Amino acid sequence: MHSKFLFLVLLLLIPLAHADQAVIKKDDPVLEKRVMDLSAHLRCLVCQNQTIADSNAELAVDLKNQVREKLQQGQSEQEILDYMVKRYGEFVLFSPLVKSTTWLLWFGPLLLLIVGMGVLIAILRQRRKMMQQAPALSTVEHARAASLLSGKNDGGQS
Amino acid sequence: MNRFLLPLGAFIVLVIFLWIGLTLNPREVPSPLINKVAPTFRLPQLHDAAKTIGPEDLRGKVWLLNVWASWCVTCRQEHPLLVELERQKLVPIYGLNYKDNRDDGLALLRNSGDPYTLSAYDREGNVGIDWGVYGVPETFVIDKSGLIRHKFIGALTPELIQNKLIPLVKELNGA
Repeated sequence: MHSKFLFLVLLLLIPLAHADQAVIKKDDPVLEKRVMDLSAHLRCLVCQNQTIADSNAELAVDLKNQVREKLQQGQSEQEILDYMVKRYGEFVLFSPLVKSTTWLLWFGPLLLLIVGMGVLIAILRQRRKMMQQAPALSTVEHARAASLLSGKNDGGQS
Repeated sequence: MNRFLLPLGAFIVLVIFLWIGLTLNPREVPSPLINKVAPTFRLPQLHDAAKTIGPEDLRGKVWLLNVWASWCVTCRQEHPLLVELERQKLVPIYGLNYKDNRDDGLALLRNSGDPYTLSAYDREGNVGIDWGVYGVPETFVIDKSGLIRHKFIGALTPELIQNKLIPLVKELNGA
C-alpha cells in the first residue's frame, strides 16, 4: 500500500523532471524570442540531432548564452551564424547550406521521385503494349469467360 | 537473369555506402580552424590568478593546447600520457582548464602530476567556444606562426601520439 502511494507520487513528479529543459533567464521576452529563434538554427554538437534550442547539454546552454550576449551587443543574426560556422564548421547549421556539395542531399529525394516515376511509366506502357498485343478472344472464348464471370460453372476445367 | 542484375547491383552499392558509413565517426566534426590563426585570448593562469596567458606569448614556438577539466573522466585517462609526453621534452604542452573549479583543477595536477608548462583558466568556457571546443579533452597543435595545424578530438592515445602528434611536431619544428 505504502509503495503504491509512493509510486503515484513519483508519477506525479515526472513532468517536473523535464521542467528544467532549456532554462533561461527571461528578463526580456523579445530578446529571448530572438535567442531561441536563432538557437533553433544551430546544431548541438554534443547531441547532434538536437538544436541548441532543444538541448539542455552544458555546451548548448553556453552557446545560447553566447548568442544572447552577441545579440545584446547588437550583432545581427547572420553575423552570429557566421561566427559559429567559423568556430564549429558548417555542420553547426541545423539545415545544411544549399551548395554544390549538398545538391545531392537536397535534391536527391526529388531525383529519386523522378526516376521512380519514369520507371513506373515505362513499366505501365510496356504492360499496355503487351495487353494490346495479346491475341483477341474468339466468340467461344468470350462466351466462356462471360459464364465464368457470372459465377455459373460451365462444367469445364475447375 | 537481367531482371535480377539491376536490383542486385543497387543492393551492392547500398551495402558499400552503409559499410563506409559504419567506419565514420560522426562525433568527429572537422574543425574549420585548421590552418587558421589561433583565436586570441587573455586568460588568468590556473596557478596564479594575477598572471595572464595568451597565444601571443607563445609565438615562435610549436606548442600544444590541451583542453582539460577535473570533472572530465576521459581527461583523467589521458593525463598519464601527457605527463609521459612532457618528459620527452619534444613540445611544450599548455593547458586550457575548461569550465573547472580552480581548486579541483589544481588538486588534480598535484595528485596526478602536472604536464603543463602553464594552464590557462577558462571558468566560463568562452575561450573554449572561441576555439570550437565541444568535447573535452581536445588537443590543438599550434605552429611557430600561430596557426592551428591539427586538432585531436577526444583523448590522445599512445598510437595517436606516436604516429601522428610527434611526427607532426617534428615536421613543424623542422620547417
